[in-house]
Amino acid sequence: MRSVIDIVDLTTEELDTLIQTAVDIIENPQKYADACHGKKLATLFFEPSTRTRMSFEAAMYELGGNVISMTDGASSSASKGESVSDTAKTVSCYADIIAMRHPKEGAAFVAAKAASIPVINAGDGGHCHPTQTLADLLTIYREKGRFNNLTVGLCGDLKFGRTVHSLINALSRYDGIKFVLISPDELKLPSYVKRDSIKSKNIPYIQTTDLESAIPELDILYMTRVQRERFFNEEDYLRLKDSYILTPDKLVNAKADLSIMHPLPRVNEISVAIDSDPRACYFKQVLNGKYMRMALILKLLKEAGTI
Amino acid sequence: MNIDSIQNGVVIDHIKAGCGMNLYELLNLGALDASVALIKNVQSKKMGKKDIIKIDADISLNLDVIGYVDPDATVNVIKNGVLTEKMSIDMPETLVNVIKCKNPRCITSCEQELDQVFKLSDKENKEYRCLYCETKAR
Repeated sequence: MRSVIDIVDLTTEELDTLIQTAVDIIENPQKYADACHGKKLATLFFEPSTRTRMSFEAAMYELGGNVISMTDGASSSASKGESVSDTAKTVSCYADIIAMRHPKEGAAFVAAKAASIPVINAGDGGHCHPTQTLADLLTIYREKGRFNNLTVGLCGDLKFGRTVHSLINALSRYDGIKFVLISPDELKLPSYVKRDSIKSKNIPYIQTTDLESAIPELDILYMTRVQRERFFNEEDYLRLKDSYILTPDKLVNAKADLSIMHPLPRVNEISVAIDSDPRACYFKQVLNGKYMRMALILKLLKEAGTI
Repeated sequence: MNIDSIQNGVVIDHIKAGCGMNLYELLNLGALDASVALIKNVQSKKMGKKDIIKIDADISLNLDVIGYVDPDATVNVIKNGVLTEKMSIDMPETLVNVIKCKNPRCITSCEQELDQVFKLSDKENKEYRCLYCETKAR
């Protein structure tokens, strides 16, 4: 059974096809309004999430399908000690597709192994979050019209930021990409991500701690939050959380067509004053995420022979 | 130092100096009801120093464990005091239930019944990563 746990589970051709499907959904929503009629999405969220769960649910409703939800791990059978595998097997009896978020890394992989229906990883700890990357890709496509020949700045927590790792992997498949990696020394991109997705493909990159001096050459600036939940030590979190705060004065020398992105939620790393700047794309990402989740649900249900 | 030669058993030779004890533990040789010798820091013309393990019992070893600890080690099978087989060792593509993932955020940390599986991610650097969370083996 085909599932999507990591962005690397999707080929470049599949990414391109998903983008085209999402664009078609945007242009012809009525064509898809009953595409999943009578089908059920199970959202299994073992840790809190507003955006991703609602996005999946909205996506399924807009495809004419239904949703059954487990929104709180504490009140589920998991709190009684049920394994992820058993939960996945059980839910396979009720639904046609699963979207799952779990605090433990690798949980979605375990669920996919056990389930008899497709599983979409909606985030497994600090590991993978492929549908956020799909949202990011559609945003880049709609803003820039291409994936090649872009200078992409990634700023903030590049160490624990799963969205950053996945986006780098996805964009590294296209020609003419250059990465500018902006982070404090303690939150640098892990060496294995650099090796596998950048160095092995001879992609040019710059590593810096200085956001302002990097901004002028960027086509895309992808800001990230320093995530409290990824730190074992509160002191480290407090020391690093305000490393980068994007304010209007820092954009003085930025390109006129810069796209400012953020996977959200933000805390203070992008000033609210930037929200009205036409270069701010982070709320567009949210909407694009729903369209890409619709495209992915359609793809997986079709491949499973369910629709 | 003299260690008796064995009649029927296995000699793991050319183990990188310092790796012998780890190999002894991962092969669970302490549980064997047979003579086992772990010799550390043996002088070697080729390696300078090396470790050797001699097992005086006709047992089959998990070669994946040896390949993981030191793919350059050699395994010699002795029968009736004669070397009968030299086994070649390579780094295994997959390690199952040999080492444990140390990432406290890994699903294997809370679901004990799951197999501990590691995949060879970088042969040149002898790097293995957890199948579930992709954390590097330490």
